[in-house]
Amino acid sequence: MIDRKWIGHRMPPATLPIERSRLQFFAKAIGETDPVYVDHDAAVQAGYADLPAPPTFLFAAELDAGVTNRLLDDLQIPLARLLHGEQGFTYHRMACVGDTVTVQSSITDIYAKKNGALEFVVKDSQATNQLGELLAELRTVLVCRN
Amino acid sequence: MISPDYDSLQVGDSLPAIQLPPVNRTTLALFGGASGDHNPVHLDIDFARRSGMPDVFAQGMLGMAWLGRVLTAWVPQSRLRRFDARFQGITHLGNAMHCSGRVLAKLEQAGERCVRIELSSVNQFGQTKIAGEALVALP
Repeated sequence: MIDRKWIGHRMPPATLPIERSRLQFFAKAIGETDPVYVDHDAAVQAGYADLPAPPTFLFAAELDAGVTNRLLDDLQIPLARLLHGEQGFTYHRMACVGDTVTVQSSITDIYAKKNGALEFVVKDSQATNQLGELLAELRTVLVCRN
Repeated sequence: MISPDYDSLQVGDSLPAIQLPPVNRTTLALFGGASGDHNPVHLDIDFARRSGMPDVFAQGMLGMAWLGRVLTAWVPQSRLRRFDARFQGITHLGNAMHCSGRVLAKLEQAGERCVRIELSSVNQFGQTKIAGEALVALP
């Protein structure tokens, strides 16, 4: 059973520099061939400063920084029992190569269903750029199979 | 890209769908590296079996990224206001996902004309793995 004391917990910020080769790798991994996501000139022609980060890419920030693993350790959720229940993004502005994104999350709810067979952890995050501008709000529901 | 416009869209209209090839281990390894999700349950069959799973399975965010492609192939990403996914089932090796979208509603939000899009990722056996929704601002 996940300790409810973690509701309200603020996680350390995770900083992710948006890099061109990483975005090209991500595009390859998801089968994205639209030149806007892989070719600098096509991105500029489409009105972006450089390659844009695709809609779900910012989820990488806390994974790269080890913040997600730290949370799972704190909450004592083994990787083997972890599932992703829901994911949401609300967008305010885009991030492109050259930007540095910081994701800051808080645990906003923990609850159980099916007599505790499933436990849910709700994490709300804000992603900002190096100018402090809000890029996106993220909402993640993690599921622990007990 | 020829972007759809608000006036000519109707509730029920479909977005161009995407058919993915069957998920294989290479797909999962590439996405693990690119996304930063190194959870071995998606990469290492020994770990997956010790976790009580028959084999490795797809990362949820891989399926969401495919749905994102449906949206960004339809409109420039800068028009995307919200994007939500509920992971309803595990996407297994060999699943060939069909990712589609449909206009649910036309509405005005925060002074912008928007459409709400229903998204789904369904395998070749008709099983829905992800149900999603998006809000897109249109000219």
